[in-house]
Amino acid sequence: MALKGSGTNFSAVNSGHGLLDARFALGTYSRLISLTMFRFIAKRFFETIPVLFVIATLTFFMVRLAPGGPFTAEKSIPPEIQKKLEAFYGLNKPLSQQYLDYMGNLLKGDLGPSFKYATWSVNELIWSAFPVSLELGCYALAIALLLGLSSGIIASLRQNTATDHVPMSLAMIGICVPTFVMGPLLILVFGLGLGWVNASGWDSARDRILPSLTLGFYYAAYIARLARGGMLEILNQDFIRTARAKGASSARIVFRHALKGGLLPVVSFLGPAIAGLITGSFVVETIFQVPGLGRFFVTAAFNRDYTMVLGTVLFYAVLIILLNLVVDIVQVWLNPKLRFD
Amino acid sequence: MPLLAVNNLRTWFHTRNGVVRAVDDVSFEIEKGETLGIVGESGSGKSVTCYSLMGLVPQPPGRIESGSAVFDGQTDLLKCSTEELNRIRGKRIAMIFQDPMTSLNPYLRIEGQLIEPLLIHGVHDRAEAIKQGIRALEEVGVPDAAKRIRSYPHEFSGGMRQRVMIAMALITKPELLIADEPTTAVDVTVQAQILELIKKMQTELGMAVIWVTHDLGVVAGFCRRVLVMYAGRIVESAPTEQLFYRTKHPYTRALQRSIPALQPKGAELYTIAGAPPDLSRRIEGCAFAPRCEFAQDKCGKPPIELKAVEPSHATACVRMQSNEISL
Amino acid sequence: MQETLTPQTLGAAPLSEVEAGTSLSRDAWHRLKKNKMAVASAVILVVLSLASALAPWIAPYSYEEQNLALRAVPPRPGHWLGTDALGRDQLTRLLYGGRVSLMVGIVATGVALLIGVTYGAVSGFFGRKTDVVMMRIVDIIYALPFTIFVILLMVFFGRDIRLLFVAIGAVEWLTMARIVRGQVQSLKKQEFIEAARALGLRRRRIIFLHMIPNALGPIIVYATLTVPAVMLLEAFLSFLGLGVQPPMSSWGLMIKDGADRMEECPWLLIAPGMTLAATLFCLNFLGDGLRDALDVRASKD
Repeated sequence: MALKGSGTNFSAVNSGHGLLDARFALGTYSRLISLTMFRFIAKRFFETIPVLFVIATLTFFMVRLAPGGPFTAEKSIPPEIQKKLEAFYGLNKPLSQQYLDYMGNLLKGDLGPSFKYATWSVNELIWSAFPVSLELGCYALAIALLLGLSSGIIASLRQNTATDHVPMSLAMIGICVPTFVMGPLLILVFGLGLGWVNASGWDSARDRILPSLTLGFYYAAYIARLARGGMLEILNQDFIRTARAKGASSARIVFRHALKGGLLPVVSFLGPAIAGLITGSFVVETIFQVPGLGRFFVTAAFNRDYTMVLGTVLFYAVLIILLNLVVDIVQVWLNPKLRFD
Repeated sequence: MPLLAVNNLRTWFHTRNGVVRAVDDVSFEIEKGETLGIVGESGSGKSVTCYSLMGLVPQPPGRIESGSAVFDGQTDLLKCSTEELNRIRGKRIAMIFQDPMTSLNPYLRIEGQLIEPLLIHGVHDRAEAIKQGIRALEEVGVPDAAKRIRSYPHEFSGGMRQRVMIAMALITKPELLIADEPTTAVDVTVQAQILELIKKMQTELGMAVIWVTHDLGVVAGFCRRVLVMYAGRIVESAPTEQLFYRTKHPYTRALQRSIPALQPKGAELYTIAGAPPDLSRRIEGCAFAPRCEFAQDKCGKPPIELKAVEPSHATACVRMQSNEISL
Repeated sequence: MQETLTPQTLGAAPLSEVEAGTSLSRDAWHRLKKNKMAVASAVILVVLSLASALAPWIAPYSYEEQNLALRAVPPRPGHWLGTDALGRDQLTRLLYGGRVSLMVGIVATGVALLIGVTYGAVSGFFGRKTDVVMMRIVDIIYALPFTIFVILLMVFFGRDIRLLFVAIGAVEWLTMARIVRGQVQSLKKQEFIEAARALGLRRRRIIFLHMIPNALGPIIVYATLTVPAVMLLEAFLSFLGLGVQPPMSSWGLMIKDGADRMEECPWLLIAPGMTLAATLFCLNFLGDGLRDALDVRASKD
C-alpha cells in the first residue's frame, strides 16, 4: 500500500506568493486529510473494534462469575439494586438474549446501575467524576511536557555538563520514586510541614498544585530522559553536519532539523503515558482526596461494585483507544518514513 | 592572492586512549578556480582537514591546536566567530559529503533542505527560492524537478540523492567547493556521472574545488594539483601529471603500484606491507618509514618537512630531498 | 513505545560458537565492572535480597505479632524502625515485605520472560504473515492499560497471591516480545542460522537452541529492567488494597498505612518509601549499566 507522498500535488508550490506560515498551515491541512491519512485512520479503527468487542464480552462473563454478585447464591445486595440489575441484565431471559441486550445497552452507552448506590447509575457517576480527572490529567500532562521537554532538550545541547547531569539525575530519582511515595512525601513537606498548601482536597486553585505535580513528575522525568536521548541521537547524525556546513545557526539546527526526529521517542511514549496517567490518577486522587473518576474506581474496586468497575474500565478503554489514535496520527505526521508502510 | 591559504593546521582528538593527531602540521594553498585533489588512505587525515576548515570538527574530543586558514585574504576560518563562519559556510564555501543517504535529513522534504542555504544567506522570498531550487535540480539532472522537489530523501536513489546534495551545495554559487569522497558511496556508473556533473558546474561557476578521495583514478581525470596525505601529514604536493609520471615520494609510488587496473594480469596483487601507524602515539621522523623500502636511519629523525625539490613539486621524503634515491 | 531498541542500537554481537553458553561476552563484563554505579547498585541489591530472603531467621519479631502496649511508637532500640498502629514491628514487616517484592520480582519477571521470549522468537522467526499478525496484537495490547485489567482480575477473582504474580507478569511481556523479535529478525539473516537450516535442523531446535542464546544479551538487560516495573506494580496494587492482603506485609501496604497516618507517625511512611525507591533506583542503574556494557555505541562519552 505504498503511496507516494508527493501525491498531494500542491500547486501552491508554483503559486508565486504566500507567506511561509499560510503555506505551511495549508500544507499541513492538506496532508492531514490526504488519502493516506484516511486509510490510516480507517485501518486503525477497524483494528480496535474487535478489541473493544472482546473486552465487552469478557466483562459480560466476568459479572456472572463474580462472587457476591446478583448471579450467585450469596445475594448480599439490597433489593432495590437487585431489581435494577435484573432489569438491566435480564436475569430471567436465556443467556444469548441477555448477551444481546447487554451489547445493545453498551452501544447505547448505557453502563448499567451501580451495585452500591441505589439511586445512581454508572453513567451518572462517571459523568460527575470524569471532568475532575480530566482537569487533573491535563495539568499533569502539561507539567510533564513542559518540564520534561525543556530540560531534556537543553540537557542534550549541553551534553556531559552540569546542565545535563543534574536534571538527568533528578529525572532518575523521579522515575524511581513511585507516585504513591512522592505524593505523601510532598504532603508531608509542603502541606503538613511548611503549610503552604492544604494536605488534600480539590477546592481552591492551590489545591491543584500538589496533585498535578505528583502525577506529572514521573512523566516529566521519563520524557526528559527520552527527549535527551532522542535529541542526542539525532544531533550525532550526518545530516546535522550537513546543516552546519550550510551555515545554519544553532537555533535553526535544533528547531528545524533536530526536533522533528529527536522528539519521536517522546511522541511514541505518549501512548503508554496516557494510560499511565489514568492509572496514576487512581493513586493520586486517593492520596489527595480528589473527587475524580480514579478515586471512584478505587473505591468501587475495593467495595466490589462490579458494574461500576466494569463500566469505568470500558470507559477508560474507549478513551485510551481514541487518544492513542491521535498520538499515532501525530507520529505519522512527524516521521514521513512511516507513511509508506 | 590565493583563495584559501592553510598554514600549520593541527587538529588533535583528545580521547581516553590518548591524543590522536589526525591532522599534524598541514599547509597548502588553493587559487581561485583551481582544482586541488587530496589523496590518502582512510585515517590519513584528509577528511578531518576539510572538517577543520569548515568548523565541523566536534570540539569536545577534537581541538584545533594551531594553524590558520585564511579565506580570500580576509577571514581566518579557524579563529573567526561562529557568526562570521556561518556567513561564509554554505554561501562562499560549500561542502558535499560521502554518504548521501545519511547526509540528508530524512524527516524533511527535499524542498526545505535544498533552498535552506538561500534562506539562510539572504533570500527572503520563499517562492523565489523554490524557483531557484527547481532550476538547480534541473541543472544537476533530476527529472521532473518541479514535482520531485516535494519528495522525501528516501524516495530517491543513491545517485539522485548525491545530485540533490550537489544542487544544494551549489545553489548559492560558492567560490569554493569541498567534495569529501562524493563518489565513494555510489555505483561505478553513477560515479562517472557525478564527476562530469561537478566538472560542468565548476566550469560554469568558475569555482575552486577541493576533491578529497582515496581513488587516484578520480584525481587523474579531474584535478590540476594533488596533495598526498599520510598519517595526518602531507607527504607530497605536485601538479597531477608530475605526480603520476615523476612522483617523488615512496608512498605515492606504492599507491600507484597498488592500483589493480595498472598491474600486469595474472601477477600477485601488490600491497603495501605493514599498516598505517597508530595516530595516538607520537611519531618520530617520517611516518611512512616503517613500511618504506628505502627507509634508513635518518628517516627516523625529525624534522621531516615538506620541501620543494622542483618548482611547484614538493616532497617530504628526506632521501628524495637530498637526491639519494630516485623513483 | 515504538521499537526504540533495535539490534542495531543494542549491538549485541553474535557468539562465535553455536552452542548456548556465555551470556555476557568478556568485553561487556569488563565494561560493566568499570561502571561504579552499576556495581554499587548490584551490591546493594544483593544485600537487600539476602536480608529479605533470610527474614524468617533474622527478623527480630514475627510480621503479625502485635504488641498492643507499644502501638505507633517512633524508632527506638528494640524497634529500630518503630511500630505501626497495631504494635507490629516495622523492621520485621519491612524485611518480610522485601520477601514479597523479591518473589514478585522473580516469579513475575519469569512469567513475563517465558511468554515474551517465546512469543517474540516465534514471531520473529516465522516472519511474514505470522509476524505481522502477532505484532499487531502486541501493538494493540500495548496501548491499552493492562494495569487496569490486572486490577479487574484482582477485583473479580480474589486475592490469591499467586494469581497476583502471574497477572503482573502477564502485563510486562510485551516489551520483551518486541525486543526478542527484533533480535531474532536480525539473527535470522546471519550465516550461522543459514548453516543450521542447511544442516536440516528442525525449526524448533533452531529457535530455542541457537537463536535465543544469542539474543540473551538484550534479554538480560530487559529482564533487569522489568523487575523494577513488576515490583512497582505489586506495590501499586497493594497500596490500593488489591494486592497483598494484611496481615501479610508488603512495601506497598506499608506505604499505604504510612500515608494514612502521616501526621502522627511519619516514620511509617519514610522507611518503606525510601526502601522501595532505593531498590528501584538500584535496579534501574544496574539495568542501564548492563545496557551500556552490551551496547557497542555507548552514548555516555
